[in-house]
Amino acid sequence: MLNKDLVIIGGGPAGLCAAKTAAEAGLSSIIIERSPKLGGQLVKQTHMFFGSEKQYAKTRGYNIAKILIDDVNRYHDKIEILTDTTVVGLYKDKVITILHQDEYRKIQAKAIIVATGASEKVLAFENNDLPGIYGAGAVQTLMNVYGVLPGHDVVMVGSGNIGLIVSYQLLQAGVNVKAVIEAAPTIGGYKVHASKLKRLGVPIYTQHTITKAFGKDCVEKILVTKLDQNWNPIEGSSFEMDVDGVCISVGLTPMGNLLAMIDAQMKYISELGGMVPIINHEHETSIENIFVCGDISGIEEASSAIVEGYYTGLVVANRLGYHHPNYMLLKEDYESQLNNLRSGPFGEKIRLGLAKMAEELNHVK
Amino acid sequence: MLNKTGVPTKEQILSRFPERAVLKKPKAIIECYEEIPCNPCSTSCPFDAIHIGEDINTKPVVNFDKCTGCGICVFNCPGLAIVVASDVKERTQFKIAYEFNPKPKVNEVWHGVNRDGEIICDALIEKVMLTDKNDKTALITVSVEQQYMYDFVTIRGKSNG
Repeated sequence: MLNKDLVIIGGGPAGLCAAKTAAEAGLSSIIIERSPKLGGQLVKQTHMFFGSEKQYAKTRGYNIAKILIDDVNRYHDKIEILTDTTVVGLYKDKVITILHQDEYRKIQAKAIIVATGASEKVLAFENNDLPGIYGAGAVQTLMNVYGVLPGHDVVMVGSGNIGLIVSYQLLQAGVNVKAVIEAAPTIGGYKVHASKLKRLGVPIYTQHTITKAFGKDCVEKILVTKLDQNWNPIEGSSFEMDVDGVCISVGLTPMGNLLAMIDAQMKYISELGGMVPIINHEHETSIENIFVCGDISGIEEASSAIVEGYYTGLVVANRLGYHHPNYMLLKEDYESQLNNLRSGPFGEKIRLGLAKMAEELNHVK
Repeated sequence: MLNKTGVPTKEQILSRFPERAVLKKPKAIIECYEEIPCNPCSTSCPFDAIHIGEDINTKPVVNFDKCTGCGICVFNCPGLAIVVASDVKERTQFKIAYEFNPKPKVNEVWHGVNRDGEIICDALIEKVMLTDKNDKTALITVSVEQQYMYDFVTIRGKSNG
């Protein structure tokens, strides 16, 4: 059994940032990451980020990953990194079991931060398992990490920021994006992203959905159907599109599976993306000294995951008796950054979700 | 309309422009119609000409007296929502952000494209800036006939469609 002060599960933006502020306060940690590389989803984001300078706005995602990884490497005496390692068990007494190259080990932690992020939602339609039908994350991995073209004529399903951004990246890779289709009456993501696509000649069909895919060995054709005000298919409105790729981008859902193993209190909060752990203002779950940060407790932009990570690392260090010299100042700054990121019209959903979370927390008490 | 298609209305577009006479000198035209949490245009401006303030969800406002049309905000805007426009001699000149390959070369004539993605005119490439500072977003200076001031938004290669 290994003994560690702080174990951070997940080496994406939230986990990396938590390790950094914890180390600044003097607390050692170990980051466990299942992929061969740190950085999470940031490594495949080729676009410039929104937000403000403190969240590395206008920097491209993969460069933000480099900054955050460099920060962690600077504290190599305090932060240990285990990549290619999967957490296979989490226990209430803060024992974690891990699997690394067929070797099974146990770690006893004083505190744990679960920063496992989110997974993509899928869409049910006939033949949605044909090769060539991908999630947006897979398309980005193929294209932006491995340099593999996911198709030549692609339709994007979903007009949230991810759908719009990945469509633009497909165009940059030379792929013909035939359309973006969106079931809702209006475009989901930032209109600046939609305008970018439109001027490049990509049509956006709101109130449309994919109802069927056709193809022998891979997708060759799809059926697109118009929806009425109540999201029901309009009879006779279907039309076919020839494609060799379909990219599904219909949202993310928090990945809290590990927390289910310790019976942490969870609740379905649709505004936060699905089942989320009930956490207090210090990001602590119902199990003492087990914390979360990032998308696991509510789907947001990476900018928020970064700030939540910094915040949680600081708070956890303090809990274990490592007081950051600028504790109060930093804590207030991170809180105000998060409020700022969430205060506009695009933050309404997360504000509603967090209000429900606070209500639920009162019940628990 | 913007909500459904990604294309702003004529009124929305015109609301971002100063009077035509002001455009004898280059000015930043910011097509940021929504309150989104983002402020690099403001923080990157060396002339303090773009105001957003403490709440980063506030829509940017350009002070056209201070704006020199340098174009730094054009390639620093994560939404690629800014152009610099001016009337120069008999033509209208734009500085636009461009993130595709191949990049245009000076003196080439490319298609001029409107916000609907339609080809509307010829666009003469006058300058291509792509330094480390650009971080891969090229700043292209391009000129079109003056009648396209409020319609032109980007370029498209003539050979690659």
